[in-house]
Amino acid sequence: MSIWEYANPKRFMQTSGVLLPWVTAAALVCLIAGLIWGFFLTPDADKFGSTVKIIYLHVPAAMMAISAWMMMLVASLIWIIRRHHVSALSAKAAAPVGLTFTLIGLVTGAIWGEPMWGTWWAWDPRLTSFLILALFYLGYIALWQAVEDPDTAADLTSVLCIVGSVFAFLSRYAVLFWNQGLHQGASLSVDQAEHVADVYSNPLYVCIAGFILLFVSLVLLRTRTEIRARRMQALLARERLA
Amino acid sequence: MIALLIRDLRLAVRAGGGFGLGLAFFLLVAVIVPLGVGPEPATLAKISPGILWVGALLSCLLSLDRIFALDFEDGSLDLLATSPMPLEGVVTVKALAHWLVTGLPLVLVAPVLGLLLNLPGAGYAWLLASLALGTPALSVIGAFGAALTVGLKRGGLLMSLLVLPLYLPTLIFGAEVVRRGAQGLAVGTPLALLAGITAGSLALLPFAAAAAIRVNLR
Repeated sequence: MSIWEYANPKRFMQTSGVLLPWVTAAALVCLIAGLIWGFFLTPDADKFGSTVKIIYLHVPAAMMAISAWMMMLVASLIWIIRRHHVSALSAKAAAPVGLTFTLIGLVTGAIWGEPMWGTWWAWDPRLTSFLILALFYLGYIALWQAVEDPDTAADLTSVLCIVGSVFAFLSRYAVLFWNQGLHQGASLSVDQAEHVADVYSNPLYVCIAGFILLFVSLVLLRTRTEIRARRMQALLARERLA
Repeated sequence: MIALLIRDLRLAVRAGGGFGLGLAFFLLVAVIVPLGVGPEPATLAKISPGILWVGALLSCLLSLDRIFALDFEDGSLDLLATSPMPLEGVVTVKALAHWLVTGLPLVLVAPVLGLLLNLPGAGYAWLLASLALGTPALSVIGAFGAALTVGLKRGGLLMSLLVLPLYLPTLIFGAEVVRRGAQGLAVGTPLALLAGITAGSLALLPFAAAAAIRVNLR
């Protein structure tokens, strides 16, 4: 029993088919519970008022936007090194999900920034690097669509993903590299001085778990769709030959 | 390698007309901006570092698809790939040729355009320095983008989408050097970061570009 067994599409389809409903249900439970807990059952912060509650969408979405690229990086490396098609397809499947999380992060950040900073947008290092990350997701998706041969597309996008991961790391650590921006530092941290109060962080953990599960469930679903599409193409090609 | 460099330079100068095109575009950008925003010297002095860098970046982008596309079409890229020279070396030489044909003239012309855009006197040296340091990065990054899209039929637009985000850090720090230089502030930090970007992309991106070419030639 090793993880490479799931490189076989049949095994992957079997296992992911069993897992998918459970992961989706767990994601929904975590998200609904975390959001209700966060939105309605926490007190308003003294300096921020109720605007602080958008943190329950903003922080998990931003975390997952970067983690999605990291997942695509790992999947691309597996494709380049071991040439497992499921891996390449899962990277392809993750890109639109990651782009959506990036956009959620940007939009909720703008909605939060308007009352807090008095502006929807600022050319702050973290915001800029996140916008670049969104552009990278767009380019990655466009490259997948532009190349006709699926194996060539997988190879080229893998190279692009590896190069682009520089920017994913950059957005992850932009707050630490440049501290002149408007964006505040990390909300969750082992360092107690930086950490937000427990009453806010506990629902945040639930929301983060919900976003991670949602990501896993969406990627599984989309990878299954990609595998089925690939199978259909194989069937059509066989029909044409017969 | 030197033979390849000379061949590429000759091709760029004698055929295709890509040589003057980038420069003419750069000149046009410098001309249309004052017409667009109005000719007040104070405004122009403020925005000229950014305009000059944006113009240099766009005219670099304009000529990128020539790095590999012509060689890919007539099959000489296949010959280069099977030659004893490593493909990474080919990519580096081609990026160097692109820089000599596009980047270097931009660097030399930029001060004249700075005059048109009323760049403050203290900025000229830093404009030259930042463009000389930054445009090699533009060429290498562009060679990577061109390598990714060389096999595509309508790759030009896609290449801009892939290359422009990669250009942004170079643009940010390059323009920052000129802006600070023009105001007489210390330029050490952005200049060092710009040099770091150039050195890093020179060291790493030829490998990525060569890998992309190998895929596209398969």
